[in-house]
Amino acid sequence: MAVAIILLLIAVASVLFHLLSPWWWTPLASNWGYIDDTITLTFWITGAVFSAVVLFTAYCVFRFRHKEGQRAEYNPENKKLESWLTVATAVGVAAMLAPGLVVWHQFVTVPAGATEIEVMGQQWQWSYRLPGKDGRLGTSDARLISPENPMGLRPDDPNGQDDIVVQNDDLHLPVGKPVKVLLRSIDVLHDFYVPEFRAKMDMIPGSVTYYWFTPTRAGTFDVLCAELCGVAHAQMRSKVIVEEEKDYHAWLEKQRTFAELSGRGNVAKAAYKTESE
Amino acid sequence: MVGAGGPPVSAIILFMAGLAAIAGWWLSQQRLTAKPWLEQGVMVDLREAGTASPPAAKIGLGVFLAVVGSLFALFISAYSMRMTMADWRALPMPRLLWFNTAVLVLSSVALQWTYMAARRDDIGGVIFGLCAGGASAITFLIGQLLAWRQLSAAGYFLASNPANSFFYLITAVHGLHLMGGLVALGRTTAKVWLGAPVAQVRLSVELCAIYWHFLLLVWLVLLGLLTGWTDNVVEICSQLLS
Amino acid sequence: MVDIPLDTVAGIPPAEVGEVELYHPRSWWTRYVFSQDAKVIAVQYSITAMAIGMVALVLSWLMRLQLGFPGTFSFIDANQYLQFITMHGMIMVVYLLTALFLGGFGNYLIPLMVGARDMVFPYVNMLSYWIYLLAVLVLVSTFFMPGGPTGAGWTLYPPQAILSGTPGQDWGIILMLASLILFIIGFTMGGLNYVVTVLQGRTRGMTLMRMPLTVWGIFTATVMALLAFPALFVASVMLLLDRLLETSFFMPTLVEMGELKQYSGGSPILFQHLFWFFGHPEVYIVALPAFGIISDLISVHARKNIFGYRMMVWAIVGIGALSFVVWAHHMYVSGMNPYFGFFFATTTLIIAIPTAIKVYNWVLTLWRGDIHLTIPMLFALAFIITFVNGGLTGLFLGNVVVDVPLSDTMFVVAHFHMVMGIAPIMAVFGGIYHWYPKVTGRMLNEALGRFHFWVSFLGAYAIFFPMHYLGLLGMPRRYHDIGETAFVPASAHDLNAFMSVAALIVGFAQLVFLFNLVWSLFKGKEAGGNPWGAASLEWQTPETPPAHGNWGKELPIVYRWAYDYSVPGAPQDFVPQNEPPAGWSARGAHP
Repeated sequence: MAVAIILLLIAVASVLFHLLSPWWWTPLASNWGYIDDTITLTFWITGAVFSAVVLFTAYCVFRFRHKEGQRAEYNPENKKLESWLTVATAVGVAAMLAPGLVVWHQFVTVPAGATEIEVMGQQWQWSYRLPGKDGRLGTSDARLISPENPMGLRPDDPNGQDDIVVQNDDLHLPVGKPVKVLLRSIDVLHDFYVPEFRAKMDMIPGSVTYYWFTPTRAGTFDVLCAELCGVAHAQMRSKVIVEEEKDYHAWLEKQRTFAELSGRGNVAKAAYKTESE
Repeated sequence: MVGAGGPPVSAIILFMAGLAAIAGWWLSQQRLTAKPWLEQGVMVDLREAGTASPPAAKIGLGVFLAVVGSLFALFISAYSMRMTMADWRALPMPRLLWFNTAVLVLSSVALQWTYMAARRDDIGGVIFGLCAGGASAITFLIGQLLAWRQLSAAGYFLASNPANSFFYLITAVHGLHLMGGLVALGRTTAKVWLGAPVAQVRLSVELCAIYWHFLLLVWLVLLGLLTGWTDNVVEICSQLLS
Repeated sequence: MVDIPLDTVAGIPPAEVGEVELYHPRSWWTRYVFSQDAKVIAVQYSITAMAIGMVALVLSWLMRLQLGFPGTFSFIDANQYLQFITMHGMIMVVYLLTALFLGGFGNYLIPLMVGARDMVFPYVNMLSYWIYLLAVLVLVSTFFMPGGPTGAGWTLYPPQAILSGTPGQDWGIILMLASLILFIIGFTMGGLNYVVTVLQGRTRGMTLMRMPLTVWGIFTATVMALLAFPALFVASVMLLLDRLLETSFFMPTLVEMGELKQYSGGSPILFQHLFWFFGHPEVYIVALPAFGIISDLISVHARKNIFGYRMMVWAIVGIGALSFVVWAHHMYVSGMNPYFGFFFATTTLIIAIPTAIKVYNWVLTLWRGDIHLTIPMLFALAFIITFVNGGLTGLFLGNVVVDVPLSDTMFVVAHFHMVMGIAPIMAVFGGIYHWYPKVTGRMLNEALGRFHFWVSFLGAYAIFFPMHYLGLLGMPRRYHDIGETAFVPASAHDLNAFMSVAALIVGFAQLVFLFNLVWSLFKGKEAGGNPWGAASLEWQTPETPPAHGNWGKELPIVYRWAYDYSVPGAPQDFVPQNEPPAGWSARGAHP
């Protein structure tokens, strides 16, 4: 009896904890609301299954616990019931998988107008690179890394000369513009993780990975590393500041280009034009 | 994602599919659709009806070969994935490898002949065959060592290129397996030498022969891979699967 | 019931297996230390696994102290925290659960349950244990080496695992890899035994479809382990060469702390593929024996045949096969080709279907049963609840896009602890309470057992259920201290502290269990040969504990499946597997 009640309480307490506890995901700041919706859907389906199984178990324990003279029913199998349960499970699984795959397709399909920016991880700090007025990022090579060229840009690549290099500082992004984040590491695996954006991808030394998102809310957000990268993994922090396009451009004007940093004179930083202008 | 590569498909997937097919065939013989609660008695055990099943040691060797096969298939998968990267520089195959291959074939033939001698109860043939098989296997191993020395003398060191690393690693793993086989072969030879009748070692001889053929087969596949013959095959497979 | 003609059965003698000299060890050493008796080897495996498991348990206390009360314990710093999580994970997954389920339960139960005298290659079986012990000792030795054990995380991802930014970069990682290689060699020796014994060692009448599901689970898990461990072997050997000889299997061109290293061109992703090609089947290597054990516990203690036996067998085989084509679901955010996500999400969610069938069949076995709430039954119920909970959160993480925000957070930690930590451990405890009487001839103490059960089950649930919500908040895993963030509210720290207190309490309850194991060995109630009234073969041995050789002069003959409980018309509520149908004698003579 006590066992059945405790099982019942586990189901009830789990559901109540889910509904009433203050611990829930941080408010979204990107276009990935569909991911949150898929999680919510998954919670409904799995929560129903969990409650059903635990309550059924509790009922069985209550109803069929041993009493003097009781004998169990002899029932080797029930094909019909088993097939029915299999089909129901398959339907439930499909109901979670199908929307998941649709959203995943969106996640891996970068919209044509996305601005490319680069995030580089190294033990244990973040560096950022934004395209200059040509809108293109120059190529890089880890072998070229030096104190003067911390991101290892190719000095002979014309696309890279006007790239904005942001070191030891926050990343700024304009609100409402899709961004394709190119992810690069020069030593070990890292993972550029901003909880409010929901998106996440490992950075692998030797290759460039990416994801895309559109910031939808102005604010300052924490950047963390989500892939174990050594002893200071937990301290590898930075911030992303999402702001209105006007403020973003004001910030951009103050940044220095690769050419300036490497002492090759001031490559003209013509005014950044927004498409609306 | 750019340059991030695909999973090491091809070899290991094919190998696993092959094993799955064998397992599936075997399971299909086991009456997995029987309703055991309806059947009482012992006659449902079909092992009674069939011919004598192979001895446990032989089954054990078969399972072990599946494990070793999986090991080499994984090496081959890793090899075929790594070789697509930009820094791969194939290394020249020492011509000695062809001689070594011939010796290994000879070794395998000798053990097959030994097995046939054991079935004829020809004790002299068994002793001769075991010694010939063992000696040629040892020659093969020495030949492999010489090939290593030739390569490193020519400047192809273990860590200077991934192609070199794989060559040394894969040949070493193959050689270690052959050395393990030599331990078993040595024990069998010692038994015969100390006067055990042929009937007592027939199974051991057979198992050694099977193991030798298997390692020969693995070596031929590896040789094809290392010399680049199978490059095209690997390419086709990875295109098919990715 | 199908009537099998009596005359076809008459006169078949039991399989002839003589009382070989093998079964009479000559000295104390060969009886208890270098024993070739699978039952002794099983006990050796179990004791070693539990001993190393205690080390991992203590490490988890230290981790929880740090997480619950960051900054309070000055003797735990970031280095040590990483070392603790690494060793805790590796020990629990490989050296405790794999060794205990296959080396412990497998060795003890396979020969007894299929009616064999012993494993088919007893000498190799003995070697298997000693190599395992060596692997454990090598692993433990890293605690005493300069630099300490590796802190690379149990996944040992390169490049980080072998670079200097990670603790234990010297002896720690080298000996860890060496220990894994030893473990795999030792396991292969044992695994060959378990597989071939099931294939060849079954007694007369023991068809595959008459085997208890425990044997099915362990057998399938062993086959998978034999094929999956080579991937870890290959990865370990190559990583070891990268570390020691500066080859570039997994190491790309990289600049470490401003210094350009010798490496070039290698692929860290290749390691991840190899690791998870082992690592995912490993999850089921731990789960399938647990499935089998739970099926048997529920059936025996609910006095009812397992519901849908055939479906249970097919599900075990199906899960085993499918588990080889889902490995990359651990790598959705690893940077591999994103289009693999479609394939692996689909295969992963398909595997949920046979798994769900198993759960349905367990609870349907309870339906209209005669449920004895013994301690093994309680643990089986706890298994069902924790496994369902953990399995359902697996549907989040397997569904590729849902995994994106949740991967590498505490949600993952909560998920895998629930599904392959707590649930299998519940099966282990249930199994120990169930078979201890057979191993020792005495029952474990009931009161201590109930105390141990309730504290372990409710405590573990209280640790890991709320932990999911820390992951939803976005709290990353493998952080010794989350520090200042805008998205983690202060109340989450209180939750962390609560979980730590619960973890310490659960940990101490395990000491009660260990005490019970030892105390009952001397003072436990005499059990007799078949205290639970179980039908499967291991309870029908002529002696308890069974002697070397298991069966006395004659091997048992099996006449029925392992689940004849509460058969209508039978005098008792169970019919042993070796009991001939009514009117037959064991010799098969005509009535």
